[in-house]
Amino acid sequence: MTQQPLVSVRDLRIGAVTDAGRKVEIIKGLDFDIHPGEIVALIGESGSGKTTTALSLMGHCRPGCAITGGSIRVGRHDVAAMSESARAHLRGTEVSYVPQSAAAAFNPSKRIMEQVIEITDIHGLMPKAEAEKKAVELFRALALPHPDTIGTRYPHQVSGGQLQRLAAAMALIGDPELVIFDEPTTALDVTTQIEVLKAFKSVMAAGGIAGVYVSHDLAVVAQVADRIIVLKGGEIQEEGGTEDILHRPAHPYTKALLAAFEPVPHVPATRDKAPNEAPILQVEHLFAGYGAVRKGEPDVKILKDVNFRIERGKNLGVIGESGSGKSTLARAVAGILPAYRGAMKFDGAELRPDLQSRSKDQLRRCQMVFQLADTALNPAQSIEAILSRPLAFYHGLSGRAKAARVAELLDMVHLPAAMRHRLPGELSGGQKQRINLARALAAEPELILCDEITSALDTVVAAAILDLLKELQSELGLSYMFISHDLSTVEAICDEVLVMLKGEVVEQLPAARMAADAQHPYSRLLISSVPQLDTGWLAGLDRAG
Amino acid sequence: MISVLRTSPRPGGTGPTWRFNWVGRIGLAMILFWAFVAIFAPMIAPYPIGEIADWDYFGPMSGQFWLGSDYLGRDVLSRILVGSRYTVGISLAAVFVACAGGVILGMVAAVMGGIFDTLLSRLLDAFNGIPSLLFGLVVVAAVGSSIPVLVLTLAAIYLPGAYRFARALSVNVNAMDFVTVARARGERTPYLIFREIFPNILGPVLADLGVRFVFIVLLLSGLSFLGLGVQPPNADWGALVRENIEGLSLGAPAVIFPCIAIATLTISVNMFIDNLPKKIRDRSE
Repeated sequence: MTQQPLVSVRDLRIGAVTDAGRKVEIIKGLDFDIHPGEIVALIGESGSGKTTTALSLMGHCRPGCAITGGSIRVGRHDVAAMSESARAHLRGTEVSYVPQSAAAAFNPSKRIMEQVIEITDIHGLMPKAEAEKKAVELFRALALPHPDTIGTRYPHQVSGGQLQRLAAAMALIGDPELVIFDEPTTALDVTTQIEVLKAFKSVMAAGGIAGVYVSHDLAVVAQVADRIIVLKGGEIQEEGGTEDILHRPAHPYTKALLAAFEPVPHVPATRDKAPNEAPILQVEHLFAGYGAVRKGEPDVKILKDVNFRIERGKNLGVIGESGSGKSTLARAVAGILPAYRGAMKFDGAELRPDLQSRSKDQLRRCQMVFQLADTALNPAQSIEAILSRPLAFYHGLSGRAKAARVAELLDMVHLPAAMRHRLPGELSGGQKQRINLARALAAEPELILCDEITSALDTVVAAAILDLLKELQSELGLSYMFISHDLSTVEAICDEVLVMLKGEVVEQLPAARMAADAQHPYSRLLISSVPQLDTGWLAGLDRAG
Repeated sequence: MISVLRTSPRPGGTGPTWRFNWVGRIGLAMILFWAFVAIFAPMIAPYPIGEIADWDYFGPMSGQFWLGSDYLGRDVLSRILVGSRYTVGISLAAVFVACAGGVILGMVAAVMGGIFDTLLSRLLDAFNGIPSLLFGLVVVAAVGSSIPVLVLTLAAIYLPGAYRFARALSVNVNAMDFVTVARARGERTPYLIFREIFPNILGPVLADLGVRFVFIVLLLSGLSFLGLGVQPPNADWGALVRENIEGLSLGAPAVIFPCIAIATLTISVNMFIDNLPKKIRDRSE
C-alpha cells in the first residue's frame, strides 16, 4: 500500500504506578500502522495490554496509567502530545469507541435517541432533526428492528445484542475515521453475536471506516479483521494478515492461542460401576421459578418439567442461550432457588428442594461454582480465609491441619501456596476462577455444578481450567454438571448434553455426536452459530441464510 | 497534595505496608488529646468546676484565666476540660450504641428478609417520625436525667438512621454471589452478617458513624440547653455555648472556646475516619 496510513503508532510506552509506589510498564514500545478502511484486530489474553493500547488511540489512559513515551498519530493529529481539551475535540468525530458492555455504557434514565445523537450535539456537528434522521439511517444499516421508533425506547427495553448495535450507532454518528471496538461481542450469546458481527462488518465496509477490534476470541476476529496483531505482556508477538496468522502462526504464543481453540475430544472416565449403583443425581419433572409464591406456584415460572440423570463419574453439559433457564436449573439443584414441584434424588436419597431442609452432608456433597469469580469471592477475605471456611465448617479442621489442607488445595488447582495471603482483588481472572474451584473442592464434593465457569475467561485460560477439571475428575472421581453457552467447551468435557430453550429441555444427546445427531432446529441453530476459525465462515452463513 | 508515609519500612519486601496520611494522623492525635483530657480533667483543671473565681464576668483571656471567665465569673478553661468528659464520653457511648445496634439490625434484616425485615423497617420508620428533641424531652421528663438515660436516649434517636443506612448497604452485598455460596454451604445468619457482609460495608458505615457523632454532639447540646442534659454546675460543651451566648456581643472568649472545642472534636473524628490507615499490597508480591 502506497497510501499514507491513517494511524501510525511508534514506540508507544504506557506505564502505571502501583499502590506501593512501584513503576510498572504496561506497554513496552509498540509500533503499528492502520490504513484507511482497514480493520486491525488486537488479540491477546487479559493483561496483555490490548485494551490499554486501543484506548491510547483516543489519547485516553485508565486512571493511574500514563503515556510515558512514543508517538500516536491519528490522521493529522499527534494524540500523545495533544492537550486534554484538544483530545476531547477529536473523540467522537475522528476516533470513537464501542465499549464491551453496552448495557453499562447507556444511561438507563434517558431515551436511546438522545444518547445516540449526543456526540453531534457536543461537537455542534448538525441540527438535531438532521442528526435524528442520520441516526435512523444508521439503525437501518445496522439491521435494527423498527429503526424509526427504536430511538424512543429506553435502554432496558431493548435486548443486549440490539444495545450493542445501538452503541455502534452512537460511535458512528459523528462520521469517525477510526472506530475502536473493545470486545463488543464477548458478553453476547453465539446466536446474537452473529447478528452483531454482520451488522458491524457491513456498516464499516459501507463507510470505508478503519477499525481496531480488541478481542480474545480468534474465531470472531477471523470474521471481521483484515490484519491481526497478537499482543502479550505489552509487546507485539506477531503481526500479519488474518489468513497468515490463522494458517501459518509463527510465534509460540499464537500457536498456543490456536491450539486452545482445537477442542480436545473428551475421553469418558472409565471406572468400574458397582452393581445397582444409584445415579449421583436424578431429576424428575422439575419446575422452578422466581417471584412471590401464590397457590404453590411462583409468579415467574422458568423451568418446566425438566428430567435428567447424571451417572457417577460422568459429566452432563447444559447448553442454551441466556434466558433459557440453564442457571436456574443449577440453582434449583443446588437448593438456592427451591423448586416448587418435582423430585430430586442425590445418590439414591431424596434431595429436598430448599437449603434449610437438606442435611449438612448433602450440602457438602453437591457444590456449586459460579460464573463470575469476581463476585463469588468475598473481596474482604484473604484466599486462606476463603478456603479455610469450608474446611472448618464441614470437616472441623483447625490450626495446622487446616493450613496444610489449604496449601494442598492451592496445589491441586496449580497455584503457589504463597497466594493464600492475597485478597481476591489481587488475582487475575483465571486465578480467581481456580480459587473458586478450590473452595468447592475443599468440601470434598461428589458433584460440582459449574455455572458458565469459563465464559468470562480468555481462550487459553479457559482451556487450562478445562484441563484442570478433567485432571481433578480422574483423581477424585467427581461428576460435573457443566453449564455453558459455549458448545466447544461442553464438547470438550461432557458425556451427555442437555439443550435448553425457554426453560424446557428440547433435546438430550451424547456430546460426542452433538453436531451429527442433533434433531431439534434450535439445537442445530446453536451448533451452526459457533464461530469457526475460518475467515469465510460469516460470509458463508449469509449465503446459507 | 497529601503526603504519604510508611509506618513500617519493609524489610526485604515482605509483610504488608500501611499507608496513613497526615490528615488522618492529625485527626487521631486530636481524638487522643481529647480522650486524655476527658480522663484526667479533674487533675489538670486549674479551678473546681463550680467555683466563682473572678469578680468580673465575661473576663478576657489573661494569665490567671487562660480562656477568660464565663457569665458568673467561673474559669472557662476548667469548665471546658471537665465538660469534655460529658461531651466526649456521652456522645461516643451513644454513637457506638446507635451504630452497633443499627448496623447489626440492618444486616440481620437484609439477610433474613421477609416478614422480619418488613416489620422491623416499618417500626423503625415510625420511630423516625418522632421529632428527636421532643422524644428526648419526654423520656428525660419521664425517667429523669442521668448519664445512662442520656446515652440510651441519644442512641435510640439515632439508631433508626443507622439501621436504614446499614440495611441499604447490606441488601446490595447480600445479593452478591459470595453470600449465596455461603448460604448454599449451609451457613447461619451470624456468620453471614459478621464474616461475609460486615467487612464489605465497613467503610461507608464508619463514614456514617462520623456524621452521626457530630449530630449527637449537637443534640446533646440542645438537650443541655433545655435543662434536660448534663445538670449544673457540670456542663457539656454545648451547654457552655448556650449559657454564655450573651457574651457573644462582648466578644467574650467564654463563648468562642467551647465552640472551638466542639469543632476540633467533630472535625478530627471525621478526619480520622475518612483517612484510616490503609494496608497497601502489591499484586506482584
